[in-house]
Amino acid sequence: MVMLAVAFIAFSLFRYVGNPINNMVGQDTSIAEREEIRKQLGLDDPFFVQFGNFVIDAVHGEFGSSYRHRRPVSDLLAERLPATLELSFFSGMIALFIGIPMGIYTALNRKSVLSKIFMTLSLIGVSLPTFLIGILFILFFGVILQWLPTFGRGEVVQVGWWSTGLLTISGWKALIMPAVTLALFQMTLIMRLVRAEMLEVLQTDFIKFARARGLPTRSVHFRHALKNTLVPVITITGLQFGSIIAFAIITESVFQWPGMGLLFIQAIHEVDIPVMAAYLVMIALFFVVINLIVDILYFFVDPRLRVDRAAV
Amino acid sequence: MKTFTKRLLAVATLAILAASPLQAKTFKWAFQGDVQSLDPHALNETFTMGFMGNVYEALSAYTDDLELVPALAESWSNPEPSKWIIKLRKGVKFQEGGDFNADDVIFSWKRCLSEGSDMKGRAGLIKEMKKIDDYTVEAITPSPNPILMQEMAWLYIMDKEWSIEHKTAETTNVKGGEEGNYANMHANGTGPFIITDRQPDVKTIFKRNENYWGNPKTNITEGIFTPVKQAATRVAALISGELDLIYPVPVQDWKRLEKASGVKPLSGPEARTIFLGMDSSRDELLYSNIKGKNPLKDVRVRKAFAHALNLEAIHKKVMRGASTPAGLLVAPQVNGFSEALNTPYSYDPELSKKLLAEAGYPDGFEITIDCPNNRYVNDEKICQAAAGMLAKIGVKVEVFAQPKSKYFAKVLAQNNYDTSFYLLGWTPGSMDSHNVLINLLSCQNKEKKMGTFNFGNYCNAEIDALTDKVGSETNPAKRQAMIDKAFKIAKDEVAYLPIHQQPLSWGVRDGVSVSQRADNVLDLRSVVLQ
Repeated sequence: MVMLAVAFIAFSLFRYVGNPINNMVGQDTSIAEREEIRKQLGLDDPFFVQFGNFVIDAVHGEFGSSYRHRRPVSDLLAERLPATLELSFFSGMIALFIGIPMGIYTALNRKSVLSKIFMTLSLIGVSLPTFLIGILFILFFGVILQWLPTFGRGEVVQVGWWSTGLLTISGWKALIMPAVTLALFQMTLIMRLVRAEMLEVLQTDFIKFARARGLPTRSVHFRHALKNTLVPVITITGLQFGSIIAFAIITESVFQWPGMGLLFIQAIHEVDIPVMAAYLVMIALFFVVINLIVDILYFFVDPRLRVDRAAV
Repeated sequence: MKTFTKRLLAVATLAILAASPLQAKTFKWAFQGDVQSLDPHALNETFTMGFMGNVYEALSAYTDDLELVPALAESWSNPEPSKWIIKLRKGVKFQEGGDFNADDVIFSWKRCLSEGSDMKGRAGLIKEMKKIDDYTVEAITPSPNPILMQEMAWLYIMDKEWSIEHKTAETTNVKGGEEGNYANMHANGTGPFIITDRQPDVKTIFKRNENYWGNPKTNITEGIFTPVKQAATRVAALISGELDLIYPVPVQDWKRLEKASGVKPLSGPEARTIFLGMDSSRDELLYSNIKGKNPLKDVRVRKAFAHALNLEAIHKKVMRGASTPAGLLVAPQVNGFSEALNTPYSYDPELSKKLLAEAGYPDGFEITIDCPNNRYVNDEKICQAAAGMLAKIGVKVEVFAQPKSKYFAKVLAQNNYDTSFYLLGWTPGSMDSHNVLINLLSCQNKEKKMGTFNFGNYCNAEIDALTDKVGSETNPAKRQAMIDKAFKIAKDEVAYLPIHQQPLSWGVRDGVSVSQRADNVLDLRSVVLQ
């Protein structure tokens, strides 16, 4: 249902993106030929016919051929998916494994200097646009220090249909800057969220009782307090993982990272409708799946939900 | 001490390099996009054709100075006005081993006429092709065509046997399907470079063709092409030394490249002329406050526009001195150019105001200009500058700038030329003025395929008649006189407002020598690495 709605909205927008034919032919191609191609591609059909055809094909896993690449869209997406997933996975990991400890630290040591530095940095992370951060990274680490490559994915190794950059040194080097750039916003978000939740939980009665019972501070903080902050953190992280994939577009285009986001941006420029449609539906699918996983995770983290369920 | 060791190392490395006969020279370059297809007949567009020209070749070719030379043809003659005899080069082999002969030429011509081809227009210049022997073909044109071989430089020759074996005897079709898919991702030409690895939009690797028939000056053994979409990323990659050449470089980044060590901007005049066009045919402008009549139909108003534009200011401020202000629709590299006619209209806003008053618009009027914002060098800024200049004579111009996909969808024939005033750039594919006469200066005529890009439908029967004659005149002097005459009429009647030839804008690493062709084609044959 969600995907159908996304497809519908996407399709109603496509009529405003321009005429794809002019990008598919050279300047010497006659008008008659251009119109002929348009007709062949079914672009002159009424809106609902086009939409209907798309939905029927999509249900069969068929997304048509890219206007620009002249190849099936499913091949293109499969080719680009590994790059985006590797990038998203690592930036998600960076965001979690740096964001959560930073959040805990700033919640427990509110007055320390380091906490204040973290909080200031997180403000920068939240407010600077990804595009600018990416360009600054390129300038500093790529051009001035020349430690890391400024663009691309480095050497990739083909494992079955999956192309991975994780098996080569240049692949890892190429991954660092885009992954950090993409992670920065999520990281600061997670950090601030963990901090706020943690502070709230620390004020609750059961923590006070735990302390009164004489449990060690360590155990109170990490066993009781942290566990209770995790529910909202999981929700947000889950949703954010979806948006990492979706918003990788900007990072991918700054670093010329050959993922789906870059494919989508190029598709917009060239009015490659089949690619745009398939990409949007696919992102919708990601969101749906991730939400499902997040809902399932609740049961493991929050025992109350399990009890409720059992009672029903 | 440290520097001494470094020097020693450098000397040692040089010595080793000099000693080894087989030096690997890798050349890495980036453009803002990738080719849509490796199929040489799928898209008739400069970048694609230039890119594929490293792999495929045609009967004729252009040199670095855009002079026409024989390539896969050894020579040609034109015994009768509509008949050409083409002698083919012997001993040429395709990269995968097939022999090149007359069958391949005829096959490639026919392939260009197949459904998915974007070369139908070019292939249609030949009505019939016959094999005389293995290395001679005869081509019959529908009417006398003096510039046939100029056009043939872009009709790449494929191996007939290879194409049939891989089921790619027809051009890759946008609609997909099995037919043609092989040539979409694989290439087998006669050119100096072989594509060994192709990842669309990511990377394309070229290897030197050791069996190449020609003797190009390049010394590169491997070429790696990567499309990099973001201009800032492209420039950063050049400065950091990851790439040897990038294009295009945004004009505003030239200073940065000049300051950075080890790299430099490379600029020269492109054969592309940027101009403004006006709707001079509708009875009422689509986008203006004047109702019931069309001010641009009046030659005095068009003249007023022409004298209001300060081309020198656009040259200096918008283009930072890198463009070539123009008075003609064709660049100096284009056959039929005339120096005498290329003087721009003088800048004289007082005269403009007088002309406007005479035409009955003493207080000017309002009009909207359509403008792309990602197609030509500083396209939107040129429109804004022109709007500012026209404001000084009382004409209020609203700039409507859009990405090229939307801009062309609005102003092209399929949308009934929905514009009153617009900016366009044009490079004649054949490098001949006849192309400009047909596309830009002839009256719109769908059946005859004339005036297709004459959005404003400037129409003059005399120019139409001259265009017809130029198309079939084989005497160069007479032909030039007719071209001059047509351009003179267009100029006197202010058919268009030429602005300039835009600059080519490349960036290279020191130690890379390359010819910058005026059609913005990077020919690897000319790249020499130190």
